[in-house]
Amino acid sequence: MGELKLMKGNEVIAEAAIRCGCDGYFGYPITPQSEVMETLMNNRPWETTGMVVLQAESETASVNMLYGGAATGKRVMTSSSSPGISLMTEGLSYLAGAELPCLILNVQRGGPGLGTIQPSQADYFQCVKGGGHGDYKLIVLAPSSVQEMHDFVELGFDLAFKYRNPAMILSDGAIGQMMEKVELAPQKARWTDEEIQEISGSWATTGKTKDRKQNVVTSLELDSEQMEQNNLKFQAKYQEIQKNEVRYEAIDCEDADYIFVAYGSSARICQKSMQIAREKGYKVGILRPITLFPFPTEQIAALADKVKGFLTVELNAGQMVEDVRLSVNGKKPVEHFGRMGGIIPSPSEVVTALEQKVIGG
Amino acid sequence: MTEEIIIAGFGGQGVLSMGKILAYSGVMQDQEVTWMPSYGPEMRGGTANVTVILSDDRISSPILHEYDTAIILNQQSMDKFEKTVKIGGTLIYDPNGIIHPPTRKDINIYKIDGAKKAAEMGNPKTFNMIILGGYLKIKPVVLPENVKKGLEKSLPERHHKLIPLNLEAIQLGQDSIEAVHLT
Amino acid sequence: MAEITEALKNIIKPENIVSQKSSVLTNQTMHYCPGCSHGVIHKIIAEVINEMEIQEDTIGVAPVGCSVFAYNYIDIDWQEAAHGRAPALGTAINRLNPDKFVFTYQGDGDLAAIGTAETLHAVNRGENMVMVFVNNGIYGMTGGQMAPTTMQGQVTATTPYGRNIDLHGYPLKITEMLAQLPGACYVTRQSVETPAAVRKTKKAIRKAFENTKKKQGTSFVEVVSTCNSGWKMSPEASNNWMRDNMFPFYPIGDIKDGEKVNANDLPNVGK
Repeated sequence: MGELKLMKGNEVIAEAAIRCGCDGYFGYPITPQSEVMETLMNNRPWETTGMVVLQAESETASVNMLYGGAATGKRVMTSSSSPGISLMTEGLSYLAGAELPCLILNVQRGGPGLGTIQPSQADYFQCVKGGGHGDYKLIVLAPSSVQEMHDFVELGFDLAFKYRNPAMILSDGAIGQMMEKVELAPQKARWTDEEIQEISGSWATTGKTKDRKQNVVTSLELDSEQMEQNNLKFQAKYQEIQKNEVRYEAIDCEDADYIFVAYGSSARICQKSMQIAREKGYKVGILRPITLFPFPTEQIAALADKVKGFLTVELNAGQMVEDVRLSVNGKKPVEHFGRMGGIIPSPSEVVTALEQKVIGG
Repeated sequence: MTEEIIIAGFGGQGVLSMGKILAYSGVMQDQEVTWMPSYGPEMRGGTANVTVILSDDRISSPILHEYDTAIILNQQSMDKFEKTVKIGGTLIYDPNGIIHPPTRKDINIYKIDGAKKAAEMGNPKTFNMIILGGYLKIKPVVLPENVKKGLEKSLPERHHKLIPLNLEAIQLGQDSIEAVHLT
Repeated sequence: MAEITEALKNIIKPENIVSQKSSVLTNQTMHYCPGCSHGVIHKIIAEVINEMEIQEDTIGVAPVGCSVFAYNYIDIDWQEAAHGRAPALGTAINRLNPDKFVFTYQGDGDLAAIGTAETLHAVNRGENMVMVFVNNGIYGMTGGQMAPTTMQGQVTATTPYGRNIDLHGYPLKITEMLAQLPGACYVTRQSVETPAAVRKTKKAIRKAFENTKKKQGTSFVEVVSTCNSGWKMSPEASNNWMRDNMFPFYPIGDIKDGEKVNANDLPNVGK
């Protein structure tokens, strides 16, 4: 068993980054996630693992530092919250277009605009569907506990490098700010130059040696035929990810008549709602997507044959519900319940919504 | 066992650190714990509150709207949280600064003169530990030796010399809390 | 015919070579307009890399602008940045690979308009890299629109009646501005319109890369350049126009040559 600690979601991201051998963090302060960089700066990993930590002048700069670092084959990450992620979306599109592996943490807060600093899940469309320009996808992981915040740092890097694609941890202010018991992974060494050569030497800008052609990291291709080929290659990769990397948790779905579909902090609330609903005699289960891209489409489709209806619970006006409806494909009713502006619904509020929108409907 | 607690008061009363020590004590006896603070500008001198959940099982929602126990340390929090205590639940408050004491008859109410006792100890910073002691007397959810371990884990090394003082304050709290019987 | 071929054979011999394309330049034909300054500046960079024998250790960052394809011509590893962001990329490359030579290559729109923040902060941090700034006072790639460095009265696609300062603001002397920053060790303004100017620019770029080797901080080389297509002039007329109009406002020469500010010379409230 690893070291047990009580830590905030944001703090554990920093700890996990250092421990998994991350090479560099570039970020800009924004509530509710500033503890990530504060914890890193406090731990001074440059004196131990050699990890670089730099406070950039903006999120725009941070995400482009990610590009520069990732393009040399290093394991680099950034973190921000919703308005900062909006600034980064240009860079995210370039990272995806240049197929650069890296990790981005979004600790969501309520929008639009400056909005609120309280928790939200209103960036689902932005982060899962793209956000930046062009046909691209991020691998999106949705932690619902501090332990998962920890675990998804290394998982995010692993998936990012496996598919040469940016990965995002899509969290929210509640998960970022709360403390839970967490088991920390043992310290791993950062990759050596030789390991980087072996893993990414075919494309990374590690310096052009006499025995190979120059490596150029770019998303630019003015030849339309070739650019379409590039896009087809990306799409094939995304299909591969969809096929191999779906992660979800099904809680008490076996005998369920009704299913809550919820991720992150909403899924935690739904666990309490499920207890209340079952006490009331409703057989309710939870399907918690852990990966939002790839989305557990097949798993939800399979449930649609068995249950009477679905309620998606999100801290937004209804975003993931569209993907649930596409998965269910009209077989059963799919309703949405959400609060906005940083308000987190009470577990009993969710049960009432289930009764009114799905059971009674 | 699951215990869902809200601790609410002013920023600076040690609300968050009290919750953290309680949560760490739970970790020390292998419980699942969640500590969820209110955060944002309100932290800067305004009201502060934290939800702490200790459980032998996986914890569901970290954010709650009703609690087994409310520990209330100012009037604003009384106004907000008295009504959130579950029927049959527990409300603990410090009467210092409370103009409208709790009135519910379907819950168990206790009071503890934390501010006064801290002043008597000659160290106002022991306030939150006195309150914690009072709470642990009523709800012994964590063992005393695990509270000590919790203190060791949550306080930075340079403050470890203060642990005996904190334990003393916890003991004082245990001795000071009293039930309030509404008629 | 056979005699000519025979004669050529006698001439084309290694011992007769007086000038040669640097081996660090690729064989790709450049897409730049005839008369454009980019080709010459590329050649200079390639020669410096070759002469310093740092081809294996140099990483270039290409901009968005006419020189977006710089990576097709200089045979090193390259990263292509989003518009204006090259100094941010360069920062991370440098921080994560401190033994590499990093240079950014940017035009006036990229460096002095959309990327001003990234430029300023990279120089202010004293990132150990070379920044090459090609200032031709116009947006070449997008078809000749106003740049931050466009001269007062200069006609462009978006200033068809000439740049009006009340309307469009002042021409930006970003190089002078950057020279004020403590992280810069070397800030210079050069040109490439004559063989003598080319030699001076090469010396400046060599010095900039030598500074990187000595980890001196940021070296910034502006090259005042022409854009005969954008300016709608012949290459020769462009050179004359540049000499007559740009050099008085953007004077050639070193602005700063020394070291970045020593941290010990600044107040330190942590001590």
